[in-house]
Amino acid sequence: MVTLQFMPYTEIEALSSLGRIRKLLNIAKKNKIVLLQGRLKKDEETELIKATMEEINKEFKGIELAVINPKQEDIGGLNKLKNDFVEMLLGDRSGMTIIGPANVVKSIKKDPNKIELLTKERKKKRKK
Amino acid sequence: MLSVLKKILNLFLSDWFSAKKDIKLGLYGPPNSGKTTLANRICKDWLGEEMGSTSNVPHETREIQIKEQITLKSKDGRKELLFNLVDTPGIATKIDYEDFLKAGMTEKKAKKRAKEATKGVIEAIKWLDEMDTVLVVLDSTKDPYSQVNITIIGNLAARDIPVLIVANKSDLKKANLKKVQAAFPQYPVVGISAKYGRKVKDLYENVFKLIK
Repeated sequence: MVTLQFMPYTEIEALSSLGRIRKLLNIAKKNKIVLLQGRLKKDEETELIKATMEEINKEFKGIELAVINPKQEDIGGLNKLKNDFVEMLLGDRSGMTIIGPANVVKSIKKDPNKIELLTKERKKKRKK
Repeated sequence: MLSVLKKILNLFLSDWFSAKKDIKLGLYGPPNSGKTTLANRICKDWLGEEMGSTSNVPHETREIQIKEQITLKSKDGRKELLFNLVDTPGIATKIDYEDFLKAGMTEKKAKKRAKEATKGVIEAIKWLDEMDTVLVVLDSTKDPYSQVNITIIGNLAARDIPVLIVANKSDLKKANLKKVQAAFPQYPVVGISAKYGRKVKDLYENVFKLIK
């Protein structure tokens, strides 16, 4: 069974960068796939990778990460300015971030318009 | 506050001492994209010696490697560029020692390699701030839309570090330069084969354009 946990941006909004990363990583370490509304800041994404590397052990093999973002290039002029201002004040709530534990998610294939999440098949234990 | 002051100071000082400053040219990318193969190609072409070992098993480079004082010459011989080449471990979001077991390693060696590889990724990320210019080396036979690629390039852009995307392994049938270009339309992309030296001269010319 695969568990998906949706997280609205408001849940991480008030947290520090480190707090956000810890919260997301702790969920992934419980073998749940996180669907986060919006996206982390660029430096938070690299910090997430760093923190993941520090946590890798026999049970936790890392994460699969993908960000789906609506095409920003299509937005022009005043609307882009408005979006940038809102983003600066409230954080980037557009799009979605998917963080899955590597034990569960084999890979995430991303095209500009679609996303495919391939999960790992669990090995069945034989009853003796 | 300190970092802002440092940046302002650097801005003024870099003008006065620009002639003495060593440019750091970094090679970044996911594991097995051919960063060290390219580093070896550059070092062989301009220094006559190789830089590091390569392997088909991912995470062969697990420490930062630096080759200092490489002088690149333009095609017409009129321009020269002196830089330090920094080869970095491949950046990944997951490392499983069992993958190394499948490649034929003993359990002890596989676990050691996995542990070193995780440290290598952390080091590579820490070194991002040190770079002046970066060649992002991608395997052009693979999906360019991976989040690792996007995260690396996004971070370099946020730091105002000039980026050139190197679509490597163009000698392979599955190589798709157009897909790499479509994924990163705002960056210059050069298709090469570091292994066979194909189009590497084009890469050098593009490095000149990047570092003005």
